[in-house]
Amino acid sequence: MRGLTLQEATNEASLGENMYGTGLAKGLMLTLRHFVDSFVDDLRYGLRKYSHATDNFGLRQGTEAKGVITVQYPDEKVAVPERFRFVPFLIVEDEDHPIRSGKDWCTSCGICAKVCPPQCIWIVRGNDPDTGRPVPEPEAFFIDIDICMNCGYCAEYCPFDAIKMDHDYELASYDRTSHHIHDKEKLSKPASYWRDIAPTRAYEEMLVRGTWEHKDAAKEARRGSASASTRSSSRAQEPQAEAAPAAVATSAEAAAAPAASAPVEGATPWSEDDAKREERRRKALERKAKRAAKSGG
Amino acid sequence: MVSPALAPDDVVKALSIEDSMAYLKSKHPDAVSDDEREGYSGVVVQASKLVEVARAIRDDLGFDYLSSATAVDYLGAGDHMEMVYHAYRTSGGGALVFKAQTERENPEIPSLVPVWRGADFQEREAWDLYGIKFPGHPNLRRILMWEGFHGHPMRKDWREAYYEEEQKPFDNRWPGGHVHRSEEKNVFGKNVTYPPDIDLNRLMDTSESEVYASLGLGVDVERILDKDGFETNELVVNMGPHHPSTHGVFRMVLTVDGETVTSLEPVMGYLHRNHEKIGERNTYLHNIPFTDRLDYISSMGNNHGYVLAVEQLMSLGRKYNPPTYRCEAIRVMMVELSRIVNHLWAIGFWLNDIGAFFTPVLYFIQERERILDFFEAVAGSRMMCNYMRFGGLFGDLPERIKSVSNLTNDRVRDYNTMQFLTEMVNERIPRTIDELEQLLTQNEILLERSIGVGILSADDAINYSAAGPLLRGSGVAYDVRRADPYSIYPELDFDVAVEQDGDMYARYRVRVTELRESVRILKQILPRLEATYGESIWADGKPGAYAPRVPFGEAYGRVENGKGELGYYVVSAGGRGGSSNPWRYHVRAPSFINLTPMGLMSSGYKVADIVGILGSIDIVLGETDR
Repeated sequence: MRGLTLQEATNEASLGENMYGTGLAKGLMLTLRHFVDSFVDDLRYGLRKYSHATDNFGLRQGTEAKGVITVQYPDEKVAVPERFRFVPFLIVEDEDHPIRSGKDWCTSCGICAKVCPPQCIWIVRGNDPDTGRPVPEPEAFFIDIDICMNCGYCAEYCPFDAIKMDHDYELASYDRTSHHIHDKEKLSKPASYWRDIAPTRAYEEMLVRGTWEHKDAAKEARRGSASASTRSSSRAQEPQAEAAPAAVATSAEAAAAPAASAPVEGATPWSEDDAKREERRRKALERKAKRAAKSGG
Repeated sequence: MVSPALAPDDVVKALSIEDSMAYLKSKHPDAVSDDEREGYSGVVVQASKLVEVARAIRDDLGFDYLSSATAVDYLGAGDHMEMVYHAYRTSGGGALVFKAQTERENPEIPSLVPVWRGADFQEREAWDLYGIKFPGHPNLRRILMWEGFHGHPMRKDWREAYYEEEQKPFDNRWPGGHVHRSEEKNVFGKNVTYPPDIDLNRLMDTSESEVYASLGLGVDVERILDKDGFETNELVVNMGPHHPSTHGVFRMVLTVDGETVTSLEPVMGYLHRNHEKIGERNTYLHNIPFTDRLDYISSMGNNHGYVLAVEQLMSLGRKYNPPTYRCEAIRVMMVELSRIVNHLWAIGFWLNDIGAFFTPVLYFIQERERILDFFEAVAGSRMMCNYMRFGGLFGDLPERIKSVSNLTNDRVRDYNTMQFLTEMVNERIPRTIDELEQLLTQNEILLERSIGVGILSADDAINYSAAGPLLRGSGVAYDVRRADPYSIYPELDFDVAVEQDGDMYARYRVRVTELRESVRILKQILPRLEATYGESIWADGKPGAYAPRVPFGEAYGRVENGKGELGYYVVSAGGRGGSSNPWRYHVRAPSFINLTPMGLMSSGYKVADIVGILGSIDIVLGETDR
């Protein structure tokens, strides 16, 4: 099966009337226009085009732009959008945080390690040296960035907003064996860094959590203020909290610090009041009974 | 239902899927039975009668297009091997699914290549990865692995190098956190087990001699007389695997008589990573970013096909919320944008192949850059989008496409998302398509290079299971978006691009028309986005779980991707072997199956045309080799 012959098709395509070569000439005109367009921006902005003033960059790259859209990396770099995802980092509390300075947001629940498609996250869950019970913070945290596929699941499914995708993509190094397994120290970045690189998203997450603070810290603060208000005003708690030892050496001590400020003696900061736990249990049982009744009927 | 004995041909050809199955059962009562497993559909055909039944399916019932043929290993669940076939009518409609079973030891199923040539590569793949023999196959050799490879890697009892556990998530990641590099535990060279009777020094790759043997040649050249009576040598020429025109590591072994190609054999698998084995170790959710890496030019489409397949499975269960309207609208927009990216890329690089080196392609991919900027702002990554989720999306469109300076010398952009989209869809993309046509459609050099070259007839295109622009360029108006609609395509107004000539130029014209049709769809999507502004992308308002419940069953999700029909065949084990991992995860890759007619399309043309023909098929090796 042969469709049109070449001659027929050429005639048809060039509308019969046109001379041979018209199509070529049209294409060359376009090339010429692109060539001219590539100078338009230069004339418009001069050397300012490559200056560090950022005001014309949006124009140059925007939908109205003509001409060259190339970027002179590394003299100029395209800032990445907020949702951009690169190798993850862990959020720790800012240095100047009144209570939890330097404390991890991570509770070592392990969800990030489970949802990680290439399984590049290793977490050592912390244990209380005295009781042996798990404490809500990681003892160690490793990400093999050679394996990481930058999918962003860890950040997406973290229930504590404790792991986030970074925007710093310049991670090249000369030796992968020594540099490319990021440990907790290398992974940790302050919460304010996340608010800086992704203000909109940090704000949205705050709305979901209901506070700028870590979920658990906020819960604890509410509980603290609630029980404190039975004795005095909640404000009275704050100076006491600030007076907690500033130089927190180990993470175990960091966990203990808020505990000291908590009004409930002897309770670890993450454990709930027995009454509350009892109530939750009762509610859960109620729900279960309701479900059973529904599916039965 | 009509009585099969009395039914005239055209009535039988219009039977519904259920009636077609009943027809088969009444015609072959002892060989065909319903597949009664929970969540499964279609019929099970006795292997010995398979070819006969397949002919009835094709000729009597009119299911002329074999979309997918793949194997499943039911180790520990019946202990049998199964071939699953999905046949469609090119006039549209759903699939007739039929299966043939065989035992796991010495599995053998008759080849369907005599019925559908499109089964050729797919059966070779099943032999390669599952060890199923296909008596009657003309050329049953390994296709993705190399000859001499030990074992069949997709079998459930086969374990890869650096094997850790059967299924993710692996136990040692948490709470113990025993960090290690795989190669430390499993030193290179010692990470494979050899059977005791193999002498490593004598082990060799026999692919080369097998390839040449399949071309009917020894490695020696033949002395032949050409038509003018000159004594010429028929030469074997290897193009690739490292050849700039093969779009990746792909190899074609040609025999040439002078400048004319007499036969061609595609050789692939250089980028093979056993995507499907990885997929079966993964949980359902884990697979979404892996699908990005198949056809990496249009990862949105890959996501879409996979989530459709898993959503089909999930809808069998009780607790399932279908995606909201806004979610569907955003999905379609993303997929159409990536189709534009795909076709601009395909046309651009096809021009590279036929000699217009990089000037046109750079004009086209300026628009691609802007679309990728948009993907990056919405999904977080330019190419590996990982945007779609089961029943939803990663996130709604952001209000603004906005960046924040972080590194030194960072330059900031900030656009309103809807304004950006409106300008792209109404101004920039149509202008680029106009430019593209101005540059190419009447260009005499292009016409002379492409018209009448690489011809594939309509019958061959259907019989070889060609898909996408390759099929439509041959005059078959088959587009999954219309023939077997999904998402919100039924309510959108667009035409199926089709050209009759079946040559390279026809495929180019199909792509240009599809670019314009995609713009037309996008213009209809934008008001839908405005109308649903503020609505949730999740049916119940909150993001889906990371370990969704996927009930027992099978599903075949297919979408019209830029390169052709992309299908995912997913089998859920339900309770068997953990509910969070697919039992079978198969990709019907258009780039792979579209290469089946490559030999047919190439013989008789010049060596210089071969690169153009390959470019006009438009393959991506990430998808071909999987």
